[in-house]
This record gives sequence, structure tokens and C-alpha cells, in this order.
Amino acid sequence: MNHFPAALAGGLSLAPVSSPAGALPVDRRDAENRLRACLEQGLPLVPDPWTEVARQCGLGRDEVMERVRRWQEDGMIKRLGLVVRHRRLGLTANAMVVWELPESDIDVIARGLAAEPAVTLCYRRVPRPPRWPYNLFCMIHGARREAVLEQLGTIIRRHGLESIPHSVLFSHHAYRQCGGRYSQGDPS
Amino acid sequence: MTPTMPEPATLDALDRLLINRLQHGIPMTPRPYRDLADELGLDEPSVLARLDDLLERGVLSRLGPMYHAERLGGGLTLAAMAVPEDDFERVVERVNAYAEVAHNYRREHHLNMWFVIATDRVQRVQEVIDAIAKDCGYAVVNLPKEEEYHVRLHLSV
Repeated sequence: MNHFPAALAGGLSLAPVSSPAGALPVDRRDAENRLRACLEQGLPLVPDPWTEVARQCGLGRDEVMERVRRWQEDGMIKRLGLVVRHRRLGLTANAMVVWELPESDIDVIARGLAAEPAVTLCYRRVPRPPRWPYNLFCMIHGARREAVLEQLGTIIRRHGLESIPHSVLFSHHAYRQCGGRYSQGDPS
Repeated sequence: MTPTMPEPATLDALDRLLINRLQHGIPMTPRPYRDLADELGLDEPSVLARLDDLLERGVLSRLGPMYHAERLGGGLTLAAMAVPEDDFERVVERVNAYAEVAHNYRREHHLNMWFVIATDRVQRVQEVIDAIAKDCGYAVVNLPKEEEYHVRLHLSV
């Protein structure tokens, strides 16, 4: 997979090139691709990191900050923060809790579950019955399985989900924790 | 391939303070680390040194943006397979050989191998799924995301 062809080396010409109507001008698209690639390496740990990013991708600092702000506003950047390794934090119990919810209730229940502090991800996914009837996925991390299950029990009671079929899939091995781009911070 | 199961790291009060604070985001300012230091009653060099240390120790994997993959024009899905125990190692290696496989977790279920596929083109997702199924000899259950619900994203350490 390569989203950022050739641009990584920097030093590309920024000369304007005409492009089809509606598309971004090629020079601007290249600049944006370079900026994305730079940011994927992480924000540099220097006092003025945006200047360093700007230098690496051949843009101005204010321009870089403006583009990042715009990406945050339009949702292309979900957040600018840190990516933790749960296992290194001692959060070794990683449960994917999946629910089989009726179509009519799913949005309301999902919003409630997502607001639970213990829930770190909450996605609706296409179910594949009968093999996989579940349509809502939540991740819960904890130091121990018992603690995770206890939290799940509290959540079930609080949201009145006693009659909803669900399943808890703990993971023990991460055979590959990253490697792909656009890491979501966690699987699921 | 060796499964990764690192030991928990030892964190002191400053580590915890920074991790908890940074989960709320990095300030979008010209001197984010100084602003962060001011907010927390620290100084900029200490913040930089400590973040460097946390990255070095592998507690943090990265500081920076989480992209919304679909909006970048790529494809993304979660896939699962039921793999017999005695064939698990072989299949893990096969699956992880694909550059498009981003995460691969073993989970306790009949469907015991769970991985994320991230591709540069939307159509490529199905190609990778078909290739993996053919390559490994097991059906791949494709579970694309329909909606993401906003979570607080705060993990207190």
C-alpha cells in the first residue's frame, strides 16, 4: 500500500500543473500528501514541531497548521493526540464485546454505550447471520479479565441490556499491532 | 512470527499526567509542548524529554493524527476467520504477509483470527479478502463499518 508515491523523499517541484476541473491542483495535492506522510511519522519532539514538519514537506509553517486545523474540522483527522500501547500500560485484558441489537434501537443504545468511560471504541458493523449475527462492537480494556467483565455487567444493568444477545471475545495475542497506515489506535 | 506480549511498563506520576492529558489532544499552537508544560505546571524541556522517553520505551507508539481512513479515499474493514488450532501459525504468517493487514489479533471464539484490512483503494478490500481466503483455505468474514459512535477516548492510567 502506498498512498504517498515518491513524495516521501521531498524535493518535489511545486510548480503548478493543470488538472481536470473539480480536482485539486496537482501541486497542492502533492503538498497535502507530503504533509500526511510527514504526520504519520509523528509530530517531532522539538519546541517548534510545526516548523520542522513544514520544512520536511516543503510548506510554510502557518500553511501546515492551517491545513491540519481544516482536516480536524472536516473530520479527516479524528484527533491529534497520542497512540498508547495498551499492553505496555498494563491493560492486558482486551475485550471485544459484540451485540445483536434490533435495527430500531441500535443508534440510541450505541450512543449510550459509547458514552461509557470504559468503552474505548464503538462501531456499528454489517452483520453476517447466521454465522455472525452481531451488529454493534465495543472495545473494553482493563488490567484483568474479571475487572472487564465486572464493568460489562454494570454497563448491561445500567442500559437495560439483559435480554440482548451478546458475546465477549477476549484477545491474548497481538500478532501484529500496527504496520498498516491510518492506525485507528486499536483493532475493531 | 512471535506473538508480542510485552511486560507492562513502570509509570511514574509524570508519565501518567502526560498520558492522561494528551489523550485529550495536542494543542494546535506553534509551541504545543511549552503550552502543555505551562498548563501542567512543568517546563518544556521536561515535557519533551519525558515524551521522548515514553516513545523510546514503547509505551506510546506515536504522537500525532488519527486519520479517518475512509475520508482519505482508502478502504478499511475488519475481517475474521475460523482457523483450526494446528494450522493457526501457518495462517498467521500468510495473513500478515499482506501489506494491507494492519492489526491481527487472536480472540477466544470460533472465529479466532481477527484482522484489519486497510487499502489505498476501496475496491482493493475485496481483492485482498478473496486472496487471503484462497491463500489460507478458509472463508473470510468481512465486517465493514457502517457507523462509528463517538467515544470519550479517555483511558485513565
